[in-house]
Amino acid sequence: MNAHKSLIFELSRTGRIAHSLPVLDVPEVEELPKEYMRVEAAELPEVSELDLMRHYTELSRRNHGVDNGFYPLGSCTMKYNPKVHEDVARLSGFAKIHPYQSVETVQGALQLLYELQNDLAEITGMDGVTLQSAAGAQGEWTGLMMIKAYHQSQGEGQRNKVIVPDSAHGTNPASATVAGFETITIPSNDKGLVDVAALKEVLGEDTAALMLTNPNTLGLFEEEIVEIANLVHQAGGLLYYDGANANAILGIARPGDMGFDVVHLNLHKTFTTPHGGGGPGAGPVGVKKELVPFLPKPLAAKREDGTYYLESDLPNSIGRVKGFYGNFGILVRAFAYIRTMGAEGLRQVSENAVLNANYMKARLKDYYELPFDQACKHEFVLSGNRQKKSGVRTLDIAKRLLDFGVHPPTIYFPLIVEECLMIEPTETESKETLDHFIDTMIQIAKEAEETPEVVQEAPHHTLVKRLDEVLAARKPKLRWTKE
Amino acid sequence: MKQRYLPMTEKDRSEMLTTIGVDTVEELFSEIPSEVRFEGEMNLPAPMAESNLVRHMRKLAGKNVSTDTHASFLGAGVYDHHIPSVVGHVISRSEFYTAYTPYQPEISQGELQAIFEFQTMIAELTGMDVANSSMYDGPTALAEAANLASGVTKRKQILISRAVHPEAREILATSSHGLGLEVVEIPYENGITDVKALSEAVSSETAAVIVQSPNFFGHLEDLDAIATLTHANKGLFVVSSNPISLGMLKPPGKFGADIVVGDAQPLGIPASYGGPHCGYFATTKALMRRIPGRIVGETVDEEGNRGFVLTLQAREQHIRRDKATSNICSNQALNALAASVYVSSMGKEGMQEVARQNFHKAHYAKQELSKIDGVEVVFTTPFYNEFVICISKPISEINHKLLQYGIIGGYELEVAYPELANHMLIAVTEERTKEDIATLCRALEELLV
Repeated sequence: MNAHKSLIFELSRTGRIAHSLPVLDVPEVEELPKEYMRVEAAELPEVSELDLMRHYTELSRRNHGVDNGFYPLGSCTMKYNPKVHEDVARLSGFAKIHPYQSVETVQGALQLLYELQNDLAEITGMDGVTLQSAAGAQGEWTGLMMIKAYHQSQGEGQRNKVIVPDSAHGTNPASATVAGFETITIPSNDKGLVDVAALKEVLGEDTAALMLTNPNTLGLFEEEIVEIANLVHQAGGLLYYDGANANAILGIARPGDMGFDVVHLNLHKTFTTPHGGGGPGAGPVGVKKELVPFLPKPLAAKREDGTYYLESDLPNSIGRVKGFYGNFGILVRAFAYIRTMGAEGLRQVSENAVLNANYMKARLKDYYELPFDQACKHEFVLSGNRQKKSGVRTLDIAKRLLDFGVHPPTIYFPLIVEECLMIEPTETESKETLDHFIDTMIQIAKEAEETPEVVQEAPHHTLVKRLDEVLAARKPKLRWTKE
Repeated sequence: MKQRYLPMTEKDRSEMLTTIGVDTVEELFSEIPSEVRFEGEMNLPAPMAESNLVRHMRKLAGKNVSTDTHASFLGAGVYDHHIPSVVGHVISRSEFYTAYTPYQPEISQGELQAIFEFQTMIAELTGMDVANSSMYDGPTALAEAANLASGVTKRKQILISRAVHPEAREILATSSHGLGLEVVEIPYENGITDVKALSEAVSSETAAVIVQSPNFFGHLEDLDAIATLTHANKGLFVVSSNPISLGMLKPPGKFGADIVVGDAQPLGIPASYGGPHCGYFATTKALMRRIPGRIVGETVDEEGNRGFVLTLQAREQHIRRDKATSNICSNQALNALAASVYVSSMGKEGMQEVARQNFHKAHYAKQELSKIDGVEVVFTTPFYNEFVICISKPISEINHKLLQYGIIGGYELEVAYPELANHMLIAVTEERTKEDIATLCRALEELLV
């Protein structure tokens, strides 16, 4: 393959087609008045079907997915995406049904939604679940809107502050802002955990909620979670669980039992639905019974006669957060996963995810700075500080990994660790894969000392080299235009 | 029990535990306080082997009536168009669907280029300067447009036509509550936004005027008049549009729209009981740096080769955190890819032709239905592939009976518009044959006697 790849527009030749439309079989009984008609045709591709397939096949070969190689991107849980899920989601009884069909014609879909709501409630230890949110960030916002509605219902609408630790995902404060809250950031202590004293200082009559990821983004379990939950509840606030890291706790510790009132899950992380290059995902939200009345509507429900329906008569609901009933096709895949694994299988998932992370940490800590040396959960962070002394930055290490067919870890996040590398292996990777990555990282650490330029100038073997991001932002070119 | 997704053998596990320096996996969880440890087993059904799973899923799917067995006249925002075979083949390439957001551009050029091409196609169809890499769905894209308009104009009032999709209005109501926006609904008249009512409501307080065209009833708005009114008051003009209709319709950009949003579902994405679909968001150069969500831009690598990267990220929440104007950090990349493959497959010519076929099939169906006693075509303004009929019996009752004829009937408008009892919204796509239309007419003749 060449570095250069034509755009599909550049492959166009006037008159070529890839479509196969039937001949119009009805008379043309009316014409649209001219003022509504397009004058100039949109500049769209004109290619043959083979041109099209070769174009997209080549694009796919310029892309790295989990099926291509290891993808230890921290907090993203890049586990294997089972193929059978792709098959069942495409069954016509799931893919070719319309959201406004009468409930009598979609009983199978409603049963699936109803059972998935219950399964996710069981897995998280919650009392009610909405499947409507399309993604983690939308789940956060949905949860915060429910928290807002709850406080207002208690006559405590003054509670307008959401507390987040400085290790939180960037979406937490952004979601709080969009939900109309102010964010207070509290520091982590020297063990990388919530600083309880700092939390106490900011708790008060204006506290709406504390948002926590547990295990947190350093991969550490918040040992003082019981005290934290008690403090927040005593102050009249609620606890929000960011489920981005739920892969560590399935069947081991449920957010509901830890004292959390609201939790979102990323089905595209913990429950194997594909990331799709950035989406679609799904971000269901579970709540404790005090918040059930505020769940978005509608919810899938079951009648006494065993039939299913959509419950919209929820007078205190925060309303609708997304079109229809959520990303149903994604929900089908997550449902299939839970049915495949069962309770014991899900617990094994977390046990293996944690085992893998601790193994990698143990083997890498002699070569990279380990800011927090304690048992991690499903992920851990290293710092590239040692390599920085020889002029090699974490970004360089990440780029060098590309030469070995590995997707780099998450870098420069969480923000509280300098030159951060955040590594999440997941449970679906074999020991050989982990060892290959570890050996590669050790080699890069040696290169950083002995031949730093090899790392600094990486990648050497990718189709394109480092790209000029400053140019892209300064002179944005966001589309092709016909010359 | 062994699991095919869990590769660790007993030997692996014991070697790894030795390396870690612990005796059991349990020790790795020792810091979790016992009072929050989950004891026992979660109450979930027993695990299923792949063959049992497939059987189970087929059984559930088999309980649903699909467009494989029935001819559907149901639209209302989600449409039954033919999906070319190539679409499924391309999006099944696991290099695409098992990848994350393209954070490492050197090994993500395929996805990035595909999205750059998607942005181009959306910009071309809508007649706008730029488009983003896609959003959750059409309704949430519309709510983001309101948010953007409020930020740009520093005003809080959003005027939205009642002829905009009811669910989009519901979501706007929910999100406005979080953002402190005031939403005012403008009535419709003869199937389109009442421009006179709008002219009385619009003012220097108005951040945005939002309409949909073709609107929820399938009718075409007077975009010229609405644009003039909106801009005279220095508000932003937001149009939601069905992208497939723009193969033949004059695009909103040509009417002076500031933001065009919608859902790319009609472009090769299955109905899937309402999702996942694919919102799109297009705007002008002037507003380019305020677009929510991810955007791909062209650049060069160190050797001068053309390449693509995620760009304008200074807007985003991972940098801005609580100062961010949107919390969205993902897109519907795989569905944007499906839409791109669809548009590439249909091409310049096919996109015009498919829109034309939808238009003519719907107008033929309208003509045939209007001949039936007990059926009245309600609105007289121009429409695209959807229109409203009023019949002498309740819609839910008729729809139930239409199933016997192999037909999924139209949308029951009374659900969202209490004043439209016995009104049905009928969508006719290129997938409905002349025979399907004849069957619908015959069924209604029999049922409305």
